[in-house]
Amino acid sequence: MSLFYPLPEQPDGLTIYAFLEPTESVSLPFYHSCVEAGFPSPADDYVELSLDLLKYLVDKPHATFCVRVKGNSMEGATIVDGSLLVVDRSRVVKNNDIVIAVINGEYTVKRFRRDKGKVWLIPEHAAYEPILVTESMEFIVWGVVTFIINQPK
Amino acid sequence: MFALLDCNNFYVSCERVFDAKLEGKPVVVLSNNDGCVIARSNEAKALGVQMGAPAFLMQELFDKQQVEVFSSNYALYGDMSDRVMKTLSELVPSMEVYSIDEAFLDLRNMPYENLEELALHIRQTVRQWTGIPVSIGIAPTKTLAKIANHYAKKHQPQRGVYLIDTDTDAEKALLATPIEDVWGIGRRYSEMLQKHHIINALQLANASEEWVRQKMKVVGVRMLRELQGEICYQLDTEPAPKKGICVSRSFGKSLSERKPIEEAVATFAARCAAKLRKQQSCAHILHVFLYTNPNRPDQPQYFNSKVLHLPTATSSSFEIIRYALRGLELIFKEGYHYKKAGVMISGIVPENQVQISLFDGRKRQLDTQAMRVLDELNRRMGRDTVRVAVQGFDRNWHLRQERKSRCYTTRWQELLEVKA
Repeated sequence: MSLFYPLPEQPDGLTIYAFLEPTESVSLPFYHSCVEAGFPSPADDYVELSLDLLKYLVDKPHATFCVRVKGNSMEGATIVDGSLLVVDRSRVVKNNDIVIAVINGEYTVKRFRRDKGKVWLIPEHAAYEPILVTESMEFIVWGVVTFIINQPK
Repeated sequence: MFALLDCNNFYVSCERVFDAKLEGKPVVVLSNNDGCVIARSNEAKALGVQMGAPAFLMQELFDKQQVEVFSSNYALYGDMSDRVMKTLSELVPSMEVYSIDEAFLDLRNMPYENLEELALHIRQTVRQWTGIPVSIGIAPTKTLAKIANHYAKKHQPQRGVYLIDTDTDAEKALLATPIEDVWGIGRRYSEMLQKHHIINALQLANASEEWVRQKMKVVGVRMLRELQGEICYQLDTEPAPKKGICVSRSFGKSLSERKPIEEAVATFAARCAAKLRKQQSCAHILHVFLYTNPNRPDQPQYFNSKVLHLPTATSSSFEIIRYALRGLELIFKEGYHYKKAGVMISGIVPENQVQISLFDGRKRQLDTQAMRVLDELNRRMGRDTVRVAVQGFDRNWHLRQERKSRCYTTRWQELLEVKA
């Protein structure tokens, strides 16, 4: 599949190719000057790709999932009811990461803490108690939260 | 060495990534229209649920054994498949996507002394990144890799990896593979071989080449050599453009009026046209079919189809819809309860090799531009956001999908909810 298709010829004789790619979008900078015709624009050396929010938020697209938060036990970590979380499953969990954990089939977001051989899931709200992960629980870390996206109130 | 990687009970595994409560329970996924079983968890297999079993016959067992039943969610499975394949493409230099849940990997020239270790690493990575459990078979040929995979799944489910490196490894796996499970053996060959007392893959691998050539032609000889470790099939990394495209669905309920059927046929035609454009080809043969429900002998039965030859090959939704509806007009009859319709296109040529008919008066450039805009809008805003009006907006004919899970990875409104 060809990803480029030419746009109609420009007045200055350049052919510009637009980019058509099904999964990700990249904005291409336009070069305004033609090398052989006239003095090059001094800005050309400084042309950069435009900011791509997706690239900023997502490191490994195929291991990244979005989930929606319900509840307020993580308010201290700016995770509120309705927050959108970006979760990277390729990250190896480190102490004090915020994670999506599955306990006995329930999905929950908490801070992951390993302490003296024990694993705790710590809420960030005074009204909630830390959860000690015990042998009898079915427990996995589903993924590591890498970004928290909230709308302003 | 080649590897065949296969996702375990793929559709069920996709559901389990987003619903951990399904772990350890019998789970099945039903085909389009909730017709029959197309995927089973190991627990469901153990209960005796057969592949392809009609759902309505299984309902009693499902209720009694508390089987979790899902309608198929192709948006989810497609996205998860894509994630698995892209993960693999980061781990190996060359691969062939063989189906939605299988891929051949080229493990030649890999900096690993021990390929089993590499396979375990791949398996672990796919599991962690995507949540999907997989099995991997490694062998000198693709056919043997398939067999190794089968063996890994059946006999080493915990490890999930089997390597055929020595003759002993090969014999062990070949002996355990029933002849009908050998890659490329269809029902006819399997019956023929069994008649000649060849019931497992090892017996076929030990057959004489002359005999195989006589019974199964050159395809059989290639299969034999592959089983003996000689490479006949390379990795196919460029998928061939499709030779024919067919879009057909059963209706959610039977339809007797013309209008909803027209809408369905127009939508199928539009889907065909979009697929053609995606692979940059055009087609000039169009086949429309329509039939009543053969499982309702109490109702009058009717089946008809019409083949239309288009004067100029096209990929324009406008044109293909127009011809499809013309075809439908020729076969539609009042007074029947229709269950299924479909549009098939063939005579596919690359779009830059289209012969324009001498009397073609159509402004093709305009169509092409319109289609480009339409495809781009639908890509950004979701399928069928912009459509030809005759496709309709009611969707009376739409699939029955009563137990579909959410599109966790493709729709903002349907994300997984986590408790805080």
